[in-house]
Amino acid sequence: MTEASAMASTALPALPTLNHNWRNSLSTLLYQRRTLTLFLLLLPPLLWFGVVYIGSLFTLLSQSIFTFDEMAMSVSAELTTDNFVSLLNPANYDIVLRTLGMAVAVTLGTVAIGFPVAYYMAHYAGPREKGFFFVGVMLPMWASYIVKAYAWTVLLAQGGVIYWVLRQLGLLPVLEAVLRLPVIGGDTLATSNLGRFLVLTYIWLPFMILPIQAAIERVPANLLLASADLGAHPFKTFTSVLWPLAFPGVVAGSIFTFSLTLGDYIIPQLVGPSGLYIGNMVYTLQGTIGNIPMAAAFTCVPIVLITLYLALARRLGAFNAL
Amino acid sequence: MRSDQHGLLRLLHLPKGLVLRLSAYTGLAFLHLPLVFIALYAFNDNSAGYSFPITGLTLRWVSLAWERDEIRAAIGLSLSVAAMATFIAMVLGTLTAAALNRDRFFGKNAFTTLLILPIALPGIVTGIALLSAFKLMDVTPGYWTIVIGHATFCVVIVHNNVVARLRRLPARLWEASMDLGADTLTTLRHIILPQLGTALLAGGILAFALSVDELIVTTFTAGSDKTLPIWLMGQLSRPRDAAITNVVALAVMLLTAPLIILAWRLTRDGDAKPNTR
Amino acid sequence: MGIAIAFKDISKHYGEVSALKQVSFSVEEGEFFSMLGPSGSGKTTSLRLMAGFEQPSSGSLSLLGQEAAGTPPYARDVNTVFQDYALFPHMNVLDNVAYGLMVRKMPKAERHALAQEALAMVALPEHGKRTPAQLSGGQRQRVALARALVNRPRILLLDEPLGALDLKLREQMQVELKVLHRKLGITFVYVTHDQGEALSMSDRIAVFNHGRIEQIATPRGLYHQPRTRFVADFVGSANVFAADVAQALCGKRQSFAVRQENILVSAAGSAPIDGALLMPGELLTVQFLGASQRLEVQVGSQVITALQADKSSASSSLIESNLFEPGLPVTLQWRAQHMVLLDD
Repeated sequence: MTEASAMASTALPALPTLNHNWRNSLSTLLYQRRTLTLFLLLLPPLLWFGVVYIGSLFTLLSQSIFTFDEMAMSVSAELTTDNFVSLLNPANYDIVLRTLGMAVAVTLGTVAIGFPVAYYMAHYAGPREKGFFFVGVMLPMWASYIVKAYAWTVLLAQGGVIYWVLRQLGLLPVLEAVLRLPVIGGDTLATSNLGRFLVLTYIWLPFMILPIQAAIERVPANLLLASADLGAHPFKTFTSVLWPLAFPGVVAGSIFTFSLTLGDYIIPQLVGPSGLYIGNMVYTLQGTIGNIPMAAAFTCVPIVLITLYLALARRLGAFNAL
Repeated sequence: MRSDQHGLLRLLHLPKGLVLRLSAYTGLAFLHLPLVFIALYAFNDNSAGYSFPITGLTLRWVSLAWERDEIRAAIGLSLSVAAMATFIAMVLGTLTAAALNRDRFFGKNAFTTLLILPIALPGIVTGIALLSAFKLMDVTPGYWTIVIGHATFCVVIVHNNVVARLRRLPARLWEASMDLGADTLTTLRHIILPQLGTALLAGGILAFALSVDELIVTTFTAGSDKTLPIWLMGQLSRPRDAAITNVVALAVMLLTAPLIILAWRLTRDGDAKPNTR
Repeated sequence: MGIAIAFKDISKHYGEVSALKQVSFSVEEGEFFSMLGPSGSGKTTSLRLMAGFEQPSSGSLSLLGQEAAGTPPYARDVNTVFQDYALFPHMNVLDNVAYGLMVRKMPKAERHALAQEALAMVALPEHGKRTPAQLSGGQRQRVALARALVNRPRILLLDEPLGALDLKLREQMQVELKVLHRKLGITFVYVTHDQGEALSMSDRIAVFNHGRIEQIATPRGLYHQPRTRFVADFVGSANVFAADVAQALCGKRQSFAVRQENILVSAAGSAPIDGALLMPGELLTVQFLGASQRLEVQVGSQVITALQADKSSASSSLIESNLFEPGLPVTLQWRAQHMVLLDD
């Protein structure tokens, strides 16, 4: 090492913190008082979320115990539990069940289609391929929701692509047989629950693929190798090793598919048989009718369901997979 | 090492590998099917309806779409709302990420849930809640009401990106900077912010894209203003305008696509590969 | 010379865990002071307290005569070389080194000149334009050193800086650090778990164990006069004998230690050395170590280890003539002056 003579001779400017000005005092204060800094950091977001979000949620939900005067078509501040009671009417109850049923079906559908894609991306795809898949999954996610939905109505229409393809393949009688089935069928593909299921599954699919992919990626590949090494054949490896470890990702994705289906009012209008969903009901109620209390009561259903589901999901480790 | 596992895996699951590959690509194709058709119908020569197969292709819809004032107005509004909402979300999202990056504190879990709520709860709930609150406060829906709604659910997107990056920053960097004489603000400026840069940008891009595409909450908070998705929804009841609708939709897709890819690339580099742990 | 750092009854706990328990010591200005101990012993915590990254739970810490409580790290005339170097990845080497000067608002030309000199001092004059990612471990360590020293701190803290380097490089750096210390004349506080490192570089060493200091002494003092069982075992390798053995052997009821290299192993019945203390035992194993060999002998319920040069001048005819057999009766001998009485 060489002599460093010049280094010793040039004078260094003083440490900035030796000045006694307000900026330094403030800095030191923030450094010493960790909790104060934390508080200051959180204050603006807390204010925003507290006032804007929680506040407005509260205004809505509080109205669920108000009364709606059907004659005058106005809301009065008399407190009542009528709204919640009427949720249990067969008609309203049906709506809830119908929506819930479809939400579950869509969740299962997205897992069925999405899991192979996610698994392939996580463990089989080479780096280039993986990038290709990533972009391939993300792009439809950010394409316009409304246009995708509408495109499907076109695809499903009787003069549209799917019918044309099935006709060419001679599979039209199969489709008609399926459409005659009780729950999933309907008059045409576009007015059947099957059609609605297809569209909803399509729209939420990316939201399921990405969390699953992230979760699977966290499973070290040699765990699967170890399982095979110990004699388990592929299906057993899947059920005993891969699925349990990928499960938090599935739960994380299901938060989206569940919640998005529970609140959707546009796609049920565009595709599928008549029969309202929670989303439609709420939309109609608060729109022209102006029955906010009932609308608010209806919104409590998804809110309660999702809050419970979120709590359950956190327990299952889904928040780490988001 | 990775390719060895690759090969080994293939060997063990040979038939399954092929099936898996097929299912994966089929799934991907399924995702893109409607998009292809949007593109197709955007250039459909036959202006009436959506009959299949396509008879011919034309570009005339593109120029027609551009001439329409309402389209330009809708695009303009969407972009400006997105810009403002993204800005607010970036500020708030960075603050929350910085706060939540530290040790546990009372209510941390509750706060994280609070951040996720706007995205987890259905849009219609958020939309109606905001609308009834605005009505209560006698605020007329307009530009700012839209922005407020968008900013609220965009915060979590920026937050997630920044938190992920902060987690990868060694705490030592902060200490090293202070050891060398830099106070909190200086450290933030010279060390932390440059490191956060790309994550913040990526979060902002994603938030921007989300805001441009958002429909449900916006229908409630927009009043009579038309953002692009609202305009598109209005077009659904005009089947004769179908080609123009598709052109606009295709244009939006083509514009957001490179942004999304950019955001992805910004956050991808430097990601630790978990399989090599 | 004055006192650079003074710890008075310093305690530090994190919740339930007590990292430091009423530790008191002082570091003189200009000395090379090492803090030695196993992980979790409190040495790194002490260093962090000196740097200002933590505050003591109780007690008083003074730096260069001034009470340091509450002073943030950026206000202390102390610089640290971190274990993982902590170089700023988004800056090149020169900017990294010049960072402390930039914070003081030194003009660019001047600070770059000083940074360049610092780099020359650590033998990396050509590396200014590179980024940390492009450097090897040893080079990064030097850059971290330059970055700290360019600010001319009066106290330099080093947190196991050589831990990540391979043996040859480590030994080379030890010499260079020692030379640097002498040249600069500032106080070095060095944390390590490697007793060989501490012994070779330090003016004084503090041995930490479970949050307390067992002993502070010069390297030779620590080696030849360990005061406790822990120090005897941690610094060099010693055999520790219980108090009753001492009682039987020389009448003093206190446990004692004898360094491995001070024990002679000879065949039972061979002539004892003048003035040596004797103990019978059974030979268990012999390990060839190159320049020396290690013998393990069973004495009662204890296994004693002796280290001997391969061509020992004393009567080790046993070893030279390959008469090694497990169970061979042998005699251990050592001189009384090599017995170190222990405090615990």
